[in-house]
Amino acid sequence: MTTTPPGLNEVLQRTFSFPKRHFLSVTDLNEVEVANLLDLADGFVSLNRQTAKKLDLLKGRTLMNLFFENSTRTQSSFELAGKRLGADVVNMSPRSSAMSKGETLIDTAVTLNAMQPDLLVIRHASSGAASLLSQKVTCSVVNAGDGQHEHPTQALLDALSMRRAFGRIAGLSVAICGDVLHSRVARSNIALLQMLGAEVRLVGPPTLIPSQADRWNVAIHHDMREGIKGCDVVMMLRLQLERMDGVMAPSQREYFRFFGLDREKLAFAAPHVRVMHPGPMNRGVEIDSDVADDLSVSLIQDQVEMGVAARMAVLTSLAARLDNDR
Amino acid sequence: MSSRPTAFTNVRLLDPASGYDGPGAVVVTEGVIADVVKGGDVGSLSKDIEVVDGRGALLLPGLVDIRVKTGEPGTETKETLKSAARAAAAGGVTSIVLQPDTHPVVDEPSVVDFILRRARDIELVNVYPAGAATKGAEGQRMAEIGLMAEAGCLYVTDADRPIVDSKVMRRVLSYAKAFNVLVAHRPADPWLSGGAAASEGEFASRMGLPSVPAVAEKIMLERDLALVELTGARLLVDQLTTEAAIESFRRGRDKGLAVIATTSINHLSFNEVDIGDYRTFCKVEPPLRSEDDRQAVIEAVASGLIQVIVSAHAPAPAEDKRLPYDEAAPGAVGLQTLLPALLTFHHEGRIPLIDLIRAVTSAPADLLGLPAGRLAKGAPADLVLCDLNAPLIIDADKLLSKSKNSPFDGRRLQGKVLRTVVDGRTVYEA
Repeated sequence: MTTTPPGLNEVLQRTFSFPKRHFLSVTDLNEVEVANLLDLADGFVSLNRQTAKKLDLLKGRTLMNLFFENSTRTQSSFELAGKRLGADVVNMSPRSSAMSKGETLIDTAVTLNAMQPDLLVIRHASSGAASLLSQKVTCSVVNAGDGQHEHPTQALLDALSMRRAFGRIAGLSVAICGDVLHSRVARSNIALLQMLGAEVRLVGPPTLIPSQADRWNVAIHHDMREGIKGCDVVMMLRLQLERMDGVMAPSQREYFRFFGLDREKLAFAAPHVRVMHPGPMNRGVEIDSDVADDLSVSLIQDQVEMGVAARMAVLTSLAARLDNDR
Repeated sequence: MSSRPTAFTNVRLLDPASGYDGPGAVVVTEGVIADVVKGGDVGSLSKDIEVVDGRGALLLPGLVDIRVKTGEPGTETKETLKSAARAAAAGGVTSIVLQPDTHPVVDEPSVVDFILRRARDIELVNVYPAGAATKGAEGQRMAEIGLMAEAGCLYVTDADRPIVDSKVMRRVLSYAKAFNVLVAHRPADPWLSGGAAASEGEFASRMGLPSVPAVAEKIMLERDLALVELTGARLLVDQLTTEAAIESFRRGRDKGLAVIATTSINHLSFNEVDIGDYRTFCKVEPPLRSEDDRQAVIEAVASGLIQVIVSAHAPAPAEDKRLPYDEAAPGAVGLQTLLPALLTFHHEGRIPLIDLIRAVTSAPADLLGLPAGRLAKGAPADLVLCDLNAPLIIDADKLLSKSKNSPFDGRRLQGKVLRTVVDGRTVYEA
């Protein structure tokens, strides 16, 4: 038998208000909903640290992971989250499905929907794919990353990691560094952190900062030392290697020299600074191993742990609103 | 067809070609306008004449839409010539000029001939092809411009594809000039616009959509204007949609270059934010622009700098639109909504009615040397009877195009086509 940790028990007994059928975008959420999700996730962290981790909150429910883009981390995080809550979990990957035979996203979704899943987790290379899917299915849809648009559960787990490290999010100053242009993680984080009262800065070469990002109420820096000066959190983003070869930046070594995080640059941040990275990391390209592996500074391992808990909170909240007879 | 003369009486005539806006009547004989009576007093009509009482409705020349795509030949699931012609008739559009990017591409006279013969069999509205400027519309080798013009194509264009190679563009311009053939070109820098699904700016950044900066239009237009200056040719700028390019165009006109510009009803009516939650029916080519750009386009039409408005009718079936935004096909149907959408600017008091109508009647007709687009003795009897104020809600499913991809779906517009007449024949009646 699993014993529910006291903290979790207390949160579960609160009456939650999460009046959403889908979890698609941070911009769909409000502050109260986020606070509730973070409290719930916090409880799940304690549960996940026990030997007996399994609950029956999602018993009888079916969770489908539909990942059109490769992902080890996010997919297994959702899989574990579902299983620990008692759901049946199915992983679909497009290479073994009909998508490679020319079936459209909608057709695949409608087909899978007919198998009566309760929760559909989707990752897709096109912005808006999760929203499109949600309009065509009867189950709940969770966006696990749509193109360059949003990755809302990542923002939630990042917020959880920060809240646990600092005890608060309001008033923190967070520098998001690197390839903001192509990053759905950055877009979700900017929206969520600003909602929770953090100050956000963007740091990167002009080629990797989205057009008119200055209208997002963020400070933009092209000098990393300047950009991370005095900040509480440095959030590094992954830069795909092929974009560094004269495309968005002249070379890997030039990129690391100016925008890679090492001890020397990190010294410009606040003394208590914590470093984050959504993974997978390019060591020696955007982040020095020396920084990434220093557990007194790095929250990177915590982020992975918080990922399972945050996703359990999202799945639980959505499932609470699912009908038993559809 | 009855050869009995018909008189449209008790109407408000609006004829941009002569500048007349007032009461009057039009008498039609043998498919041609036999008489135009301006003023309230029609006088006595012969008993042989069939009288159509317009009850005060607006009588316009039929609309001339010079940028229309169908799926024929090659992709008839999108649209056939017949379905497009039906939609045109219902929208008060009596002449359409087809884009050449079909399968096969209209790049030689036999395809021009094929389309003209198919259109003749349909007998609804006047259908004219435009030919490709280059073989296969691939932008590399000149198409048979002279032979296609002889066969009946009205101008040459590579449609959505810009002619990237400046040497090719120069040759097309000089060669076409010798045959007095108009060249149309859509200004878009291919490198900046490659892969883009939206216009660059805060909205596209937030939505994570691959985007093209507005200056991509200006960059290519500046090249084209320089080549027009070099060759002395005439150029039709296919869809001006940005403030920056409008400025360049104005300078070109001020210099006396023989350039004329169109814009599309989509870029007059919508901006990038209408894309909303990834509405693919708002994905058009070029992409919808910022509100500043849209306002600049409206101003350019109001001032007469942009002289022609097109529907940019581009059918795309649901299976090509119900996809993630960056994968969805661009294009919007527009033949049936062109007139009421245009009238919005009259109802809002932005552009005088006669100027709006000129941009879809006499201006495009004059540009292409067509006798249509005017209420004048001897002109073809292509007419639209229209209730200027009748409200309507656009229901995309009820549009007559085979494809229903209309960004106007659900929009409330004002102005209803009551009857459309082509060569004296009624081809649509509400």
